[in-house]
Amino acid sequence: MAFPPGARYVTRGHERHATIGAAAHHKELFVSSTEKKQKERPWIMRTYAGHSTAAASNELYRTNLKKGQTGLSVAFDLPTQTGYDPDHPLALGEVGKVGVPVSHIGDMRTLFNALPLDQMNTSMTINATAPWLLALYIAVAEEQGVDRKLLQGTTQNDLIKEYLSRGTYIFPPAASLRLTADMIAYTVNEVPKWNPTNICSYHLQEAGATPVQELAYSLATAIAVLDAVRKGGQVPEAELPKVVGRISFFVNAGMRFIEEMCKMRAFTDLWDRITRDRYGVQDANMRRFRYGVQVNSLGLTEPQPENNILRIVLEMLGVTLSKDARCRALQLPAWNEALGLPRPWDQQWSLRAQQILAFESDLLEYDDIFNGSHVVEAKVRAMVEAAAREIEDIEARGGVIEAVESGYLKQRLVEANATRLRAIETGEQIVVGVNKFVETAPCPLTENLGEAILTVDAKVENDAVASIKKWRAERNAQAVSEALTRLRDAVRQGVNIMPPSIEAARAGVTTGEWAQALRQVIGEYRAPTGVSGARIDQSTGADNVTALRARLSELERELGRRPKMLVGKPGLDGHSNGAEQIALKARDVGFEVVYEGIRVTPEQIVASALEEGVHLIGLSILSGSHLALVPQVLEKLRAAGLGHVPLVVGGIIPEGDARALEAKGVARVYTPKDFALNNIMSDLVELVAGRVRPHAAE
Amino acid sequence: MPPSEAELAPRIAQAEKLAVALGLNQVEDRRPDALSRIEALLSALAQQRAADFGHRVGLTGPPGVGKSTLTAALARAYRERQRTVGVLAVDPSSTRSGGALLGDRARMAFDPEDAGLFVRSLATAGETGGLAHAANAAVEVLAGAYDRVVVETTGVGQTETDVEHVVDTVCLVIQPGSGDVLQFIKAGIMEIPDVIVVNKGDHGRLAQRAAADLTGALDRLRHAGMGDEARIWKLPVLVTSARDGVGIGELIDALDAHRASFSASGLIEKRQRGRATWAASLFVRLHGEHGLRWSGGRQKLVEHMQGALTGSSGPGTSPVGAAAALSRAYLQNLVTSG
Repeated sequence: MAFPPGARYVTRGHERHATIGAAAHHKELFVSSTEKKQKERPWIMRTYAGHSTAAASNELYRTNLKKGQTGLSVAFDLPTQTGYDPDHPLALGEVGKVGVPVSHIGDMRTLFNALPLDQMNTSMTINATAPWLLALYIAVAEEQGVDRKLLQGTTQNDLIKEYLSRGTYIFPPAASLRLTADMIAYTVNEVPKWNPTNICSYHLQEAGATPVQELAYSLATAIAVLDAVRKGGQVPEAELPKVVGRISFFVNAGMRFIEEMCKMRAFTDLWDRITRDRYGVQDANMRRFRYGVQVNSLGLTEPQPENNILRIVLEMLGVTLSKDARCRALQLPAWNEALGLPRPWDQQWSLRAQQILAFESDLLEYDDIFNGSHVVEAKVRAMVEAAAREIEDIEARGGVIEAVESGYLKQRLVEANATRLRAIETGEQIVVGVNKFVETAPCPLTENLGEAILTVDAKVENDAVASIKKWRAERNAQAVSEALTRLRDAVRQGVNIMPPSIEAARAGVTTGEWAQALRQVIGEYRAPTGVSGARIDQSTGADNVTALRARLSELERELGRRPKMLVGKPGLDGHSNGAEQIALKARDVGFEVVYEGIRVTPEQIVASALEEGVHLIGLSILSGSHLALVPQVLEKLRAAGLGHVPLVVGGIIPEGDARALEAKGVARVYTPKDFALNNIMSDLVELVAGRVRPHAAE
Repeated sequence: MPPSEAELAPRIAQAEKLAVALGLNQVEDRRPDALSRIEALLSALAQQRAADFGHRVGLTGPPGVGKSTLTAALARAYRERQRTVGVLAVDPSSTRSGGALLGDRARMAFDPEDAGLFVRSLATAGETGGLAHAANAAVEVLAGAYDRVVVETTGVGQTETDVEHVVDTVCLVIQPGSGDVLQFIKAGIMEIPDVIVVNKGDHGRLAQRAAADLTGALDRLRHAGMGDEARIWKLPVLVTSARDGVGIGELIDALDAHRASFSASGLIEKRQRGRATWAASLFVRLHGEHGLRWSGGRQKLVEHMQGALTGSSGPGTSPVGAAAALSRAYLQNLVTSG
């Protein structure tokens, strides 16, 4: 064997000498000093953060940056995401809960106080109101004296996945796509370092999508966005490659990390092809698949929550191991996600996991370690083919918008999720601590349960309401009115939405006003629920189901009518998977289910319960607004003469709150630990039976 | 204590929502002893209103054409014209479990404080004979409370032909490019609708084309002598976009025009014929194939019911009462013939 000149080497015979005093060398069996690898710079490390107020969030950001975080990831509260001011009726109980409320330029200023925007890389998880939040950001940069051409960051701005799983859309699909295209056309020249849209497969996985569905649906969305930009005519043909080059993705990474890694390689492959063949991009750099990640949160458990940190670490591997398909930015959830909002310490722990991988391990020193692996290559090829076929199928249906409006995509996701849940319930899919290895010593980390999660002070909402009234009173009403008129005109005339939005930001327009102006012209949308047509495989684990069906038929004979149940989601939380699965299971077992969908007010719930003559009401709330909304529903039910109808609630609800709700009259509270749907159904049947009055037609 | 039928009827006529809901609960009650109470309620209700009061519209068509969106748009437009509306969203899908997913409501966004709008979902899974007895009875309850009743049904085939017995005006909704027109003509369903709507008019030319094809096909039917020559009513074909709210005003105009084309006695007669069919369906639900054969077949059964409703047993007889009377006769006959 010939060694290249200049090489240092250690053979077994010389090990004694090599190990004296040079501990670092004993790892190196062969290293060429002239070829010593430049360690790759690690990905951007973020933590999704924000809550309560702009000031509190600002403090949190500054702390996280000190701890070594290299980018900001802003979480907005639901009213901000869905275009409502804190004093709007639908904002009740939601202000500052799942993120920071930003209602006007004053809030944005506070949020980035002492954070020079030319040095920040800011990712904003914002969709329907993305143009508005970017307008606010640009206006604040202006105030800081920062040239907008230096601004770096991302607005998520992917409405398709909102219709399919996250539920914070406002407008119909075609209009949403137009607003997205506007932002892309604007930023390509005005804010060239900005990623105007982050196509998301993340939420699809959380909604139950298989890896192939994640690939296909998100790539089909990217195609729809690029087609819209091309057709819109705001960007000249020659600039299109730049636009394509700025499209980035937000992907999920689950526990099956080998498959997930292959999925990332498949993404890279497919995107390269699509950008080259469909959009004619010649420059290979523009065709690179750029993506950020948050690892799977839905799979994090409530029982034995300490295990979740291990899950998080393993899930991180899928998106970091393969250099050629490595993420650009990584966000990790906290170990206690299933319990509620993480505290700073919880977020720090996850951040440290990233830092330890990047800086203590040797991962970044190597080229891609999977190139040449026939196992990986075969798997990737299979995924690429399957996804390509799915994409073709969607295109044949008229594209992703048509597939959303017809309910086709949503239905597929609902079915995939049902399959997954059934597998967990039957034990076919193992979740440690949940359906296997469930014995546990008491967890010291959750000893003081109240402290294990961050609770948002109720005062926050009251303060926000007072504050916005003050803001409206103190600004120049004339300027606001003119700005809103110009905004509405722009929407009507099909003019790019960004310039009038930035003007509106400067004039002190609020989030609710911006959204309302657009609603007035475009209208609002209610997406297909995907539940009515969904069919689940009934074959496995059907035994309790048969027993339940029999009990329900018995109940029907007693009551005279089939037991009828209302399922809905009050408040602004749009994560409808849980509610959908309950609705499907209830139908499976024999209930008549009136599925109300998302964003229903307490008044609507009560009106529906009354008109439909239901025997039972089920509400799902994951945003933390349960203490504000549920008692309202109970009160209105009693006022309407429906106090005898049992009410159950499901969602992210801490133990203490659950007891409080039960004291107010809620019959049952279900949280993520209640994954066995059959048991829930049993409960529900008994609840209806318990209320049967012998000779009445109820 | 649940209110008596006599108490409930006037409250329903006042469109008190709780009363309407209780009334609907009652007519859906399938226990054998419920029939007499349903009878009492429906009779009491019939006394609250003139027999030709209001307008009952059926919206029917294949799945996926946008019926629930159209129903919502129609209801909203009626409300803007100061009409009160009761919507019955009928889902005939059946599952092995007997359960049903009634998701139409989620597509409609209504003001919960509006006392002039009521929406009820009804699952008719497993019912023999198309639209269920419960649906018929539900329409009577809603018609007792609201100016306009819109019955929205899904599915193809049998259900479409049955909705004509329950409403005054049948509106068939199709979408462009679906080839449905040809299917309907072949299946003989084109006899039924009074108004045809091509929805998803936002699909532009495709929709206009579908409407033109349809009008052409109907004309040819008439000329070939296959259509009902005696029908003075000229079948309008409209294009709507329920999603964008286009063409709804024209649709209401067409529906109102159809209603106006009936004389008072003509409408009452039509409703009576519908009730006879309902009574027949109820009898068949109670006694199945054997009962049907005993009464001499479907045609004979409906004729008998018509007689029972208009003549011999007194004008106050309701379909439920007529079915119950025949039922007693049938059971008696079974006993005596061993």
